[in-house]
Amino acid sequence: MSTATSHAEEVHTHAHDHEHEHHELNFWTKYIFSTDHKTIAKQYLISGIIWAFIGGSLSIIFRLQLGFPEMQLDWLRPILGEWIDEGGKLDKEFYLALVTMHGTIMVFFVLTAGLSGTFSNFLIPLQIGARDMASGFINMLSYWFFFLSSMIMFASLFLETGPASGGWVIYPPLSALPQAMPGSGLGMTMWLTAMTFFIISSLMGGINYICTVINLRTRGMTFTKMPLTIWSFFFTAILGLLSFPVLLSAALLLIFDRSFGTSFYLSEIYIQGQALPNMGGSPILYQHLFWFLGHPEVYIVLLPALGMTSEIIATNSRKPIFGYRAMIGSMMGITVLAFIVWAHHMFVTGMNPFLGSVFMFLTLIIAVPSAVKAFNYITTLWKGNLIFTPAMLFSIGLVSLFISGGVTGIILGNSALDINLHDTYFVVAHFHLVMGAASFFGLMAGVYHWFPKMFGRMMNKTLGYIHFWFTFVGVYMVFFPMHYIGIAGFPRRYYSFTAVGNDGAAAFTDMNSFISIAAIITFSAQAIFAWNFFYSIFKGKRAPQNPWNSTTLEWTTPIEPGHGNWEGEIPAVYRWPYDYSKPGSDVDFIPQNVPFSATKSSNLPEEEAEIAREKDIEGLLGAQNESYNR
Amino acid sequence: MFYLIGLLSVIFFALAITVISKSIKLNKSLVADENTDSALDANNNANAYGMIIFWALGTIAGVWSFLVAKPDFLPVAASEHGLRTDTMFWVSMSIVTLAFFLTNTLLLFFAFKYRYNKDRKATFYPVNHKLELIWTVIPAIVMAILVFTGWRTWRDITSQAPSDAVVIEITGHQFGWYVRYGGNDDNQLGNYNYKLIDETNNIGIDFTDKHSFDDFTATELHLPKGKPVLLKIHAQDVLHSVYLPFHRVKMDAVPGMPTKFWFTPNISTDEMRAKLGKKDFNFKLNCTEICGRGHFGMAITVFVDEPEDYKKWCAEQKPFLATNPTYLAKVPENLKAKASKYIPAEPVAVDSSAAPAEEAVSVN
Repeated sequence: MSTATSHAEEVHTHAHDHEHEHHELNFWTKYIFSTDHKTIAKQYLISGIIWAFIGGSLSIIFRLQLGFPEMQLDWLRPILGEWIDEGGKLDKEFYLALVTMHGTIMVFFVLTAGLSGTFSNFLIPLQIGARDMASGFINMLSYWFFFLSSMIMFASLFLETGPASGGWVIYPPLSALPQAMPGSGLGMTMWLTAMTFFIISSLMGGINYICTVINLRTRGMTFTKMPLTIWSFFFTAILGLLSFPVLLSAALLLIFDRSFGTSFYLSEIYIQGQALPNMGGSPILYQHLFWFLGHPEVYIVLLPALGMTSEIIATNSRKPIFGYRAMIGSMMGITVLAFIVWAHHMFVTGMNPFLGSVFMFLTLIIAVPSAVKAFNYITTLWKGNLIFTPAMLFSIGLVSLFISGGVTGIILGNSALDINLHDTYFVVAHFHLVMGAASFFGLMAGVYHWFPKMFGRMMNKTLGYIHFWFTFVGVYMVFFPMHYIGIAGFPRRYYSFTAVGNDGAAAFTDMNSFISIAAIITFSAQAIFAWNFFYSIFKGKRAPQNPWNSTTLEWTTPIEPGHGNWEGEIPAVYRWPYDYSKPGSDVDFIPQNVPFSATKSSNLPEEEAEIAREKDIEGLLGAQNESYNR
Repeated sequence: MFYLIGLLSVIFFALAITVISKSIKLNKSLVADENTDSALDANNNANAYGMIIFWALGTIAGVWSFLVAKPDFLPVAASEHGLRTDTMFWVSMSIVTLAFFLTNTLLLFFAFKYRYNKDRKATFYPVNHKLELIWTVIPAIVMAILVFTGWRTWRDITSQAPSDAVVIEITGHQFGWYVRYGGNDDNQLGNYNYKLIDETNNIGIDFTDKHSFDDFTATELHLPKGKPVLLKIHAQDVLHSVYLPFHRVKMDAVPGMPTKFWFTPNISTDEMRAKLGKKDFNFKLNCTEICGRGHFGMAITVFVDEPEDYKKWCAEQKPFLATNPTYLAKVPENLKAKASKYIPAEPVAVDSSAAPAEEAVSVN
């Protein structure tokens, strides 16, 4: 049925493309070196999707090794070449390279750039009522630094010595000494170079997000009227701005150790029959610096997903988000606490046990705001009127995964219990659920929800449902059994479990095969999404003005907003973004730009006082316009 | 175990087919909906039922897979602190599993129950401070209890080792472990220096320290049952991590920074074999910090002996100096007499002249 309409629409598309070209933009300035936040967002999104497929396929290759250790992988030789050894097995070092690159790609290139880069860019100006980012040029640079970083990281996959292979945390001395493993040669140099550009990109993006949120809110958009998405992007940007520079310093010191003979992380090393001259360095220093980013990074990945979920759940429950201020408060709490829990990744690294005690206390405190968020989501569903759009399904899935992965954090954050579980599959299961899968679900929810605003077309809902159910069930099937393998004491990053001894390898053969099959099915199901996404960009059904009947400002722009977002004046904001199903109102949602004076029948007593302030808000129009003309 | 894969796959496909068939069945009414601008479509109920089906099948799969996997979990802890952490683990696990189950149940149940109904209006319910206070305070209290018990256990585990602890040195390298004991005479480990490492003296034992003379090395780890054992942990090249899964012991080995872990093994290898009914059971020491190509195979066998057997085993071991008498050349003059008593009478004279040359090569 959709093909019938799409032919007619094709003609419109071409005509439409030219309508909004106010400044005679050519192809290069419109689609490639664009300073428009919406285009940059789409660039981030499509890059992120491509990276997600690369990162995912790497995991499928090592899942084949783990699930089917006996399998002959000769058929992969056309792609992997020498990395399949003569016996038809995956090379042991390449296995580690796969694990490393899967982690790096997923954490940084997909869930940081692809998630935060896409939606912070896309939604901040649209939802706060701004024409664009504070600096469109820096925003463009941010994407192109990310692109450069991507290219370097991608190129490193094809090195003869392989890409970086020391785990995504690249702990020295393994990562510092090329003689320790081939991946620590040029592959690691390129990893560090790519990450340096990535950090620069993140910082430029982050500064822009913060400036924009603080300075460019439309008249009436006070902080307490901002949608939770914006709050989450704001906190995410602050986290990134304060923690990424520390990763940069860690990386720089590692570069010095690798290339200029310093000893920041190296001391008393005897390797390959040679005693190195380095003295006095500390590998633990690197770990502190790394996790000072590494832990906030978890929240950099997760907070935007939680913010978007808040918005989507409220919209599709036709109910205000429960505890708006508690949600902001808990995000603020998480943001602050995120900086002081990093050493819970280091309980058994030889760090002073007293420090371990301190970090255990701090870590378990962070569970409280996280729990509050989960309870608030559940209460938002309570007595709602739920519409299961694909975005809503993914949001509910996110809450479920956030809980399921979050609770085991309470176990791992307990240093006494972490002794046995550290670096086992229990950890792998934990963080894949709470940070990997949950954030991925947030990304998917965001794409389904804001696709109409991005491309002016709708994605196919039925395919969305199928995609969701495969992914939701699949993710649980992959990661739930991993807890068992962890409780059985199986260490992560093992090529095979032959040395575990006592028939340990045999005990979980079936379960590992099962996990691998589930992973392959889940990964394959993403093709449904990819097809739906790219097909709908060109052939999807035309989007209506406000497809989800949402209250936020982005739905007041033209269906396909041009440069500057609003054709006339930017609307003013009078109310919070969650007036859904308000008693006394005829419609089940009241957009943020509707003044209280127009909704007398539904105003709460304290909102009557707001009517008097509407004049003041309108009076700010001149100043707002002037700020754009300066 | 084999059935696990089968059953869970069946569940997976059953669920997928349910959803797809429902979608197809309702597709006819979908056509009408596609033409309106409403976000709502005829699959809304199917998705709501999907939530409850997911809950039911997920619960069954969760419980059943746990029961199937349970026999393959680590057996009862073979160390004193391990018993404590295991108990705490299962108590904490019960608490979080309960929380996990209740919250997921509410989430999926609400999703099902409050699915769209055109005759109903959502309840405008933006805030309830009392409710929020309750669910902030309750997790905080539970967390406080868990943290406090965890902290006490952690404090005890990481406390100073008892002075009578058996001290054993473990050195990680790519890709294996060296074990060194303090010797049968002074029972004290001598110094080591990474610059003294050569092909024979692969730990870098420093023979200018008189405590080194009676030190012996081993390729497997022997521990006395019921006695506190202090592991002094080193790494030579990259990070490694000492993991004794059956003893619930884990500590990284860091180049340039000695680490330690003390514990009391309380089940001997023989007892464990009897308990598990596995004649060939052995405790293991594995590596849990990624260290390169051979990381996954970096394991040695651990034996926990009855104290008298342990003593006997120790007595049978020959000091490093006795098996490698050429190293006498590295002993300073004033200690030569003390060191010489570990040297077997015969072959000394020939080899000692070769030692300095060897040293010159190996240190570079």
